[in-house]
Amino acid sequence: MTEPFLSIDGVSKTYSTRQGEIFAVDDVSLDIPEHGFVSLLGPSGCGKSTLLLMCAGLVSRTAGAITIADTVIERPYTDLGIVFQDSNLLDWRRVIDNLLIQAEIRGLDKSAIRERGLELLDMVGLAGYEHRYPYELSGGMRQRVSICRALVHNPPLLLMDEPFGALDALTRDQLNLDLQDIWLDSQKTVLFVTHSITEAVFLSDTVIVMTPQPGRVGAVVEIDLPRPREFAIRETSEFGTYTKQIRGLFEQWGVLRDRGRVTDRTTIREMD
Amino acid sequence: MASNTDRATRDMAWLARRLRIDDWIYPTATIVAFVVLWDVSVRIFNVKTVVLPSPGQVYDSLIADWGELAPHMLFTIYEIVAGFALSVVIGIGLAIAIVTWRPIEKSIYPILVGSQVIPKIALAPLFVIWFGFGIEPKILIAFLIAFFPVVISTVVGLRSLEIEKLYLARSMGASELQMFFKIKLPNAMPNVFAGLKLSITAAVIGAIVGEYIGADRGIGRVLLEANGDMETELLFAGIVLLSITGVILFLIIDGLERVMIRWHVSQRLREQPMP
Repeated sequence: MTEPFLSIDGVSKTYSTRQGEIFAVDDVSLDIPEHGFVSLLGPSGCGKSTLLLMCAGLVSRTAGAITIADTVIERPYTDLGIVFQDSNLLDWRRVIDNLLIQAEIRGLDKSAIRERGLELLDMVGLAGYEHRYPYELSGGMRQRVSICRALVHNPPLLLMDEPFGALDALTRDQLNLDLQDIWLDSQKTVLFVTHSITEAVFLSDTVIVMTPQPGRVGAVVEIDLPRPREFAIRETSEFGTYTKQIRGLFEQWGVLRDRGRVTDRTTIREMD
Repeated sequence: MASNTDRATRDMAWLARRLRIDDWIYPTATIVAFVVLWDVSVRIFNVKTVVLPSPGQVYDSLIADWGELAPHMLFTIYEIVAGFALSVVIGIGLAIAIVTWRPIEKSIYPILVGSQVIPKIALAPLFVIWFGFGIEPKILIAFLIAFFPVVISTVVGLRSLEIEKLYLARSMGASELQMFFKIKLPNAMPNVFAGLKLSITAAVIGAIVGEYIGADRGIGRVLLEANGDMETELLFAGIVLLSITGVILFLIIDGLERVMIRWHVSQRLREQPMP
């Protein structure tokens, strides 16, 4: 097997509270190959976002080591692009200037970044919007700009922290498809955090299913579906097998309760 | 011909929007109604001029004494602007120092906030003792009253940065200077402007109070003299002039705000009124 591009080795994160140490992330180890699309899938509060921020060197870890392209992460790692749940655009800058900040801060050639920025905007269907302010755009458009900003300096690694979590279902579907195109086209390594089973299976090569509090790697599911994937793939039985398998895990861990288990919950209430 | 009329109507509508007629026609109408009410009341109740002159008498006084009033008003404007400028420079500078260096925050910030219980106007006589009857004590009092809102709102603005924006800048490898000028400062501008608007009105109060304590020039001095001479119409003329000045100074800051932070939600509500 080839050397992993991003390697997470025995990483933990604890917070001290009055009740004692709380594990947000507990002893997570995983490898992400170059050009791979890997999702961290789990319920809210399982530490998946924290894990992503630790990979970027933005949040400190309590134990373990993270290596990206032979660099041991000890400080903010800059050879990457990050997309946040909220588009996190700079409100005082026009769309194109939100992309150009990458050139300004990294000291890159502005005209080259502008040219690539316009290409990217065109690719996500935002041609002609470069002089708009973020407030003039819809949530979906803002998130597209945010993706362009994360890609405009052509980094090898893309970290995405629930990027489509705040969007409506239709916009989300469209952006899933767009993201796949961008990924197939650019061959970035992507670490994608989500709590949507469908989204994770649709987009990923590998889905890391995380357990709820503390976040551990509960299962690693390799998604062996042909690419490019279309919406219709979600209705196939192969796709259904994957989502069923993952849903089964969440039921087993008590994250999801199906109707059959409702009685259990009533019993617990009565005991109280 | 019809199309010409249509076009004229359209142009008029465009001009009305452009001049924001809605924005000032209502307050103007209210002022006019108030002045009419004032005039009518003075006539009906036969109020003595020394108690309440009619609007016409105030206007006459304003015109007749314009030559005397104008230089005093200019002098006061100079005091206001100087005090305000000092507030902006020192206020923003101090705010930056407070959010940048922990020791300064810990040693100065609580005292600064606590010192606001001191009525600064009470210090005015002291400044006259120290700096005499010239322009300095007036600028100083204007500054002293006006700089606090600048400091507080700038500090709040610089601190209210979402952590994701901080993460974003760090992931790009931003230096402290880049972080400040490209992220923190623009993010703080809406708060800074809120402070500036409070500050400019406070500077007007400061300058007038300074002049009340002791001055040989300025509109405050004119007001006191008119009061002493029972020339109430001149007193009113001075107040009118001072009010107009205050409004104009405020509108200048307001206009700057519209241009500089048109991206901010506070500015957008003006453009898209609620249905």
